Amino acid sequence: MGATHSASEEVRELEGKTGFSSDQIEQLHRRFKHLSGDQPTIRKENFNNIPDLELNPIRSKIVRAFFDNRNLRKGPSGLADEINFEDFLTIMSYFRPIDTTMDEEQVQLCRKEKLRFLFHMYDSDSDGRITLEEYRNVVEELLSGNPHIEKESVRSIADGAMMEAASVCVGRMEPDQVYEGITFDDFLKIWQGIDIETKMHVRFLNVETIALCH
Amino acid sequence: MLRAALPLLGLPLAGAGATEEPTQEPGSPGEPPPGLALFRWQWHEVEAPYLVALWILVASLAKIVFHLSRKVTSLVPESCLLILLGLVLGGIVLAVAKKAEYQLEPGTFFLFLLPPIVLDSGYFMPSRLFFDNLGAILTYAVVGTLWNAFTTGAALWGLQQAGLVAPRVQAGLLDFLLFGSLISAVDPVAVLAVFEEVHVNETLFIIVFGESLLNDAVTVVLYKVCNSFVEMGSANVQATDYLKGVASLFVVSLGGAAVGLVFAFLLALTTRFTKRVRIIEPLLVFLLAYAAYLTAEMASLSAILAVTMCGLGCKKYVEANISHKSRTAVKYTMKTLASCAETIIFMLLGISAVDSSKWAWDSGLVLGTLFFILFFRALGVVLQTWVLNQFRLVPLDKIDQVVMSYGGLRGAVAFALVILLDRTKIPAKDYFVATTIVVVFFTVIVQGLTIKPLVKWLKVKRSEHHKPTLNQELHEHTFDHILAAVEDVVGHHGYHYWRDRWEQFDKKYLSQLLMRRSAYRIRDQIWDVYYRLNIRDAISFVDQGGHVLSSTGLTLPSMPSRNSVAETSVTNLLRESGSGACLDLQVIDTVRSGRDREDAVMHHLLCGGLYKPRYRPRILPALAQHPEAPYCSYSQATHHVFLS
Repeated sequence: MGATHSASEEVRELEGKTGFSSDQIEQLHRRFKHLSGDQPTIRKENFNNIPDLELNPIRSKIVRAFFDNRNLRKGPSGLADEINFEDFLTIMSYFRPIDTTMDEEQVQLCRKEKLRFLFHMYDSDSDGRITLEEYRNVVEELLSGNPHIEKESVRSIADGAMMEAASVCVGRMEPDQVYEGITFDDFLKIWQGIDIETKMHVRFLNVETIALCH
Repeated sequence: MLRAALPLLGLPLAGAGATEEPTQEPGSPGEPPPGLALFRWQWHEVEAPYLVALWILVASLAKIVFHLSRKVTSLVPESCLLILLGLVLGGIVLAVAKKAEYQLEPGTFFLFLLPPIVLDSGYFMPSRLFFDNLGAILTYAVVGTLWNAFTTGAALWGLQQAGLVAPRVQAGLLDFLLFGSLISAVDPVAVLAVFEEVHVNETLFIIVFGESLLNDAVTVVLYKVCNSFVEMGSANVQATDYLKGVASLFVVSLGGAAVGLVFAFLLALTTRFTKRVRIIEPLLVFLLAYAAYLTAEMASLSAILAVTMCGLGCKKYVEANISHKSRTAVKYTMKTLASCAETIIFMLLGISAVDSSKWAWDSGLVLGTLFFILFFRALGVVLQTWVLNQFRLVPLDKIDQVVMSYGGLRGAVAFALVILLDRTKIPAKDYFVATTIVVVFFTVIVQGLTIKPLVKWLKVKRSEHHKPTLNQELHEHTFDHILAAVEDVVGHHGYHYWRDRWEQFDKKYLSQLLMRRSAYRIRDQIWDVYYRLNIRDAISFVDQGGHVLSSTGLTLPSMPSRNSVAETSVTNLLRESGSGACLDLQVIDTVRSGRDREDAVMHHLLCGGLYKPRYRPRILPALAQHPEAPYCSYSQATHHVFLS
């Protein structure tokens, strides 16, 4: 950031857009610079510098999610090559905790946004549906840490999960009905009653607070 | 009855002498019997165990009778009914025998009645939820109990100074502090009994219940410290004694937890090797958990904490190691024992209240105590919640706080502790006993009765009774990984990071050491849920009248060929209309194979003889390579597979 004057203006702008406080933005900016090696943008390769991320089984999907145009609100599909700080904050804002001051409508909106993020992660080809293949892919990655579970079983699990989803979303199906895949509305139905807004968040530090566990 | 329990503790019964001469006819001492007696009444030989069995029988019959009336049980919690029954029974015994025969003896309570309940709750505690809320639980348990104890004790002393408590209650500040310490602890038995019927949301339940378990350490320390101070005399207490008191808090709690974890480790390790001796598996679980309790008691550490930690720590490995049948045996035995113990406790509470020789009434003390415990509990909860909400990501709102303050029930632990007081050192003991009885009755009866309407009126979030679905499990795991990853990216070592680290450590070292090799290889939570759903589906399928072992000849001509089964799994073939999860009989055999040849044989038999329904939902158009089967009559309509 340039001179302090324009910097604080930028910070305020970002505050307004993403909802983070200025302290949090400072902290995240420091982290961004560390990850990008003082460059203004981050590429996929920069994520390799995070050692702990290697152990994560769904690493590739998560990294992909950072560059997904749908999450960055830049387009209906495709991947960006690099993201700047504002994009970084946009992605992070999906994980902000729900503000207690929000009213019911805003909470619902927040909830939808978070679920949409999750949906985009599953729906890798951006066609608006999670097909059986994509679901199988997810389960494979999740269980990839365990080499003893056979591929057969993994596929059965994915099949079973898909069936379950079908039964929740569509209920009884006619004999010649084909269940194409989980649309976003179906996805919302599956998640009905489960508090995603309270589960899907990460604590972003203010400089003073020390958070151990919530 | 509890004198009858003395033989169980190895002490001789007063009437034991009679057993030495069984052939004595009553009324003719010293003379040989006239002839061969056809029939002799040997009451004294069986008195002790017979009475124990009789009490348990009465308790169980009472439970049956209560549940005959739906209306009554929906309004009144069981614990209330049991206490009232106890009162009635006690009155009868008093009227008949002219003296109170049966009491809730502290020895029996702490050694026999409390451990099953605590073991049951520790073993079946949802550990994820527990650790998620550990901060809140610890705060309420430690800070909250200390606050309650000191404020109640001090307030009562103040009441005495103000003259509202009759002077015949001879108690000083220390005595009141001692009383405050034992009356202020939230009781796990009572909380369980009442909250079980109310079904509030899990977070609320785990916080109140976790608090009731973990505050045992604080109660034990406070009680012992105050007791010793009273014995030493308040003048002799020095500054170092206070420091020792604080230090003993850490020793008792951490020591108790450590004992529990050691036994959990032992238990998990032992069950790893019980493959050939499956029959002793349930026994091992109970024995080692009970040993943990007794060891902690012996060392004056917190026994409740020990058993809780033992249950929490060992569950994952034990469940993986022991056989399916043992798992069921353990679960049901634990539940039965716990339920039985709970019933007896409440009944005995009722009975003990009737013995008026043990208590003395003072209205000022009683009313004051009642008011103060409610008031200070509410105040304490509000203050602590305000502090906690600065740190919690899911703040506890006002309604939660109301339920938490109202749900701070006192129970049998307080009663047992007050009976243990030494009357010579604490002259006001009888007054304390009466007050404790009133408090316990009030909380269990009045608060127990009113909490359900209160919860309904306040529209507290109830527990959503979700059946475990595969999707949920999958998503939860995805979450965990995403959140851990985001924390890594942000560079902040928060809760998810540490949980992830722990899981890695567990996977690499602990599970390998403690789990049987076959279990270790395929252990994965997603897999477990899938497996369990399959088994349940299979069972319900057969229950619904599905003929799994139908004759092999009934393959319909245009059914897809067998090879496709391997690809799409039997699931698809058996599923009717996509309801429920999965019925994949292959699954059941794939992984556990090699263990039982019979399983493999059964599997092939089932596969061969399975009815293939006329309908297979098409999830992947690509998979429908086979020609459409002309859909024959809907005879298999009855073979619905529902998630039961």
